[in-house]
Amino acid sequence: MEQESKQFTVSVYTENNIGLLNRISAIFQRRHINIESINSSVSEIENVSKWTIVVNLSEERMKKIIGQIEKQVEVIKAYYHTEEEIIYQESSIFKMKSDLLFDERQIQNIIKDSNARIVTVNKQFFVIEKSGRKEEIELLYRELSVFGIMQFTRSGRIAVSKEEMKISNMLKAINH
Amino acid sequence: METNTIQRTKQTLQKTERISGSEAIVRCLLAEGVKTLYGYPGGAIMPVYDELYKYQDKIHHVLTRHEQGATHAAQGYARISGEVGVAMATSGPGATNLITGIADAQIDSTPMVCITGQVASHLLGSDAFQETDIVGISTPVTKWNHQITKASEIPEVMAKAFYIAKSGRPGPVLIDITKDAQFEEFDFSYEKCTHVRSYKAIPDTDKNALSAAAELINNAKKPFVVWGQGVILSEAEQEFKAFIEKAGIPSAWTILGVSAIPTEHPLNVGMVGMHGNYAPNVLTNECDVLIAIGMRFDDRVTGNLATYAKQAKVIHFEIDPAEVDKNVKTDVAVLGDAKASLKAILSLIDKKSHTEWHQKFKDLYAIEYEKVIKNDLHPTKEGLTMGEVMNEINIQSKGEAAIVSDVGQHQMIACRYANFNQTKSNITSGGLGTMGFGLPAAIGAKMAKPEREVVCVCGDGGYQMTIQELGTIFQQKAAVKIVVLNNDFLGMVRQWQQLFFDKRYASTEMTNPDFVAIAKGYHLNARRVTKREELAEAVAEMMQSKQAYFLEVCVEKEDNVFPMIPTGASVSDIRLS
Repeated sequence: MEQESKQFTVSVYTENNIGLLNRISAIFQRRHINIESINSSVSEIENVSKWTIVVNLSEERMKKIIGQIEKQVEVIKAYYHTEEEIIYQESSIFKMKSDLLFDERQIQNIIKDSNARIVTVNKQFFVIEKSGRKEEIELLYRELSVFGIMQFTRSGRIAVSKEEMKISNMLKAINH
Repeated sequence: METNTIQRTKQTLQKTERISGSEAIVRCLLAEGVKTLYGYPGGAIMPVYDELYKYQDKIHHVLTRHEQGATHAAQGYARISGEVGVAMATSGPGATNLITGIADAQIDSTPMVCITGQVASHLLGSDAFQETDIVGISTPVTKWNHQITKASEIPEVMAKAFYIAKSGRPGPVLIDITKDAQFEEFDFSYEKCTHVRSYKAIPDTDKNALSAAAELINNAKKPFVVWGQGVILSEAEQEFKAFIEKAGIPSAWTILGVSAIPTEHPLNVGMVGMHGNYAPNVLTNECDVLIAIGMRFDDRVTGNLATYAKQAKVIHFEIDPAEVDKNVKTDVAVLGDAKASLKAILSLIDKKSHTEWHQKFKDLYAIEYEKVIKNDLHPTKEGLTMGEVMNEINIQSKGEAAIVSDVGQHQMIACRYANFNQTKSNITSGGLGTMGFGLPAAIGAKMAKPEREVVCVCGDGGYQMTIQELGTIFQQKAAVKIVVLNNDFLGMVRQWQQLFFDKRYASTEMTNPDFVAIAKGYHLNARRVTKREELAEAVAEMMQSKQAYFLEVCVEKEDNVFPMIPTGASVSDIRLS
């Protein structure tokens, strides 16, 4: 009686150590779960890293995996969130031929309407940056692809929760 | 507070000494109270072996005949003593040979620290001679691992390794040390680790959970306890006994939990799981409250989860939060250390006897005795049974021996029928089912507790996977008693082939060597028994021997282990034949 799969965003607060990526990703790999995106950065707490992982699975499995992640020695705390519980963004960059700016004037409107911005322009190419939800980036991609995209990269999701994650208080308690 | 200040002052006054990384490793082991370690030298770990040579009056390094043997010996050492077992190997193949033992220790929660040498740090990633990414390889099967590339890291990392291996739910830790870090000199001082910021060894126990559990237990008409190794690991034997005695609850064990209370204890109703006893398996599906203590509802214990104890309220005493609701949904989870939780709940529970409920276990035992146990222990057919050998060992050891078993039919027979008076006496590979575990684990067990009788019960298959450790037994004069129950088959696989693959015995028949001659080649006393009349006398000779002794018993070739819960079946559909 497996529940339906949903998209979850996982926030993991950890020590910043070599090898932890292996340890965390192995938890998913072992259970044959594909990681949709993964991002690691500094967090709001000094010397604590924050991972944001997007996966599709049932909530029941999600809960168990949170338990397995928290069990790792260097993991401080892990949370999972549904789409409604977070504010999230992804970032993307497009590299395109500079000629297009003059030959295909509607590109400027596409950029403006999608709230993207031009990061740099030179004689050969220009670079557009767009942050937002995956669907917005995908829309921009579709619109620009007709003109030919030289290079494209989208980042993993980054997210903050609407509710407080009680990690700072917890750290204060264990550091004491 | 005052003692803390004094301690801190002491620590700051503690003199540092300029020593090499390799000497530091040995000094760390000594500081952690390690007296014996198991291993195998090689290029990348040679500086540490050089220090072990210098410190040989303080620490005993046992040369096994294969690195896998070193890990199993360390496991045997840990399981019988409760101390951290230590294994050491060189880089590359030495390190990869440790993996099976590490995986075994991980799944059976055995405290172990493995130390591996690594190529010099400037060669990392260059495919240097005997370089392997052992930290990467061991990650999924270790509780923690770490690579040291600077000598100055050694004291802190080693202290952390021992703390993590032993605390909370124990497990294996691997420390990989580059050769340049072994040679490097630094200012050494050592301080034990008592805290890791991101790691909570023991979760807090919720008082409400304790009272909710007590209420369920007090209102239960047919309560049933299944306990596991958690009782032994937290040294909660007395608290556990007091708890079940006061509540009057029939209690069954997993194969890693057995020996926590004496086999003869009136509340002990036997083993749960695939080859467990009839009554506890059947009545799992009749109890009204199931109290699981320090066990993890392994699939070999539960059979089909969809039909496992669905009628019962489930209470789970557990140290690892990730185990709660993992396989079986709990009504009340009592997180924390079993010893503390059982102590705390004692005053909350009522004294009960549940006489009628106990009678059900007795009635079902009588059926199992008639259909299975009698024929196993007191056979009337010509061929020898594994059960009657265990029975003879029980009689002559008076239940005082530690039984180390390998994996397979003999293991199930050993666990089902061994009598135990003392805790930490059943040493076997439960979760991983590692053939070849028995012989080296018995060496570690005997060396940790030389005063105890250690009987290693093996099958002819698993025995040959680590048979070379006879060399270690001979060299160390470890007085291990080895019993090989030889049926010239990989018996458990053959049993499944008979029952589920129409007797197609694919690659399970063994043409075996002269085991007695091999044992004698290692200068061990050795004997073969083929007839029932010789058995008692041969076991007596073995038990009276002050030295290692090898006994081969040629048993019936195609006996099966029953009862049995076929894969996918419910515990209550356990078969007696």
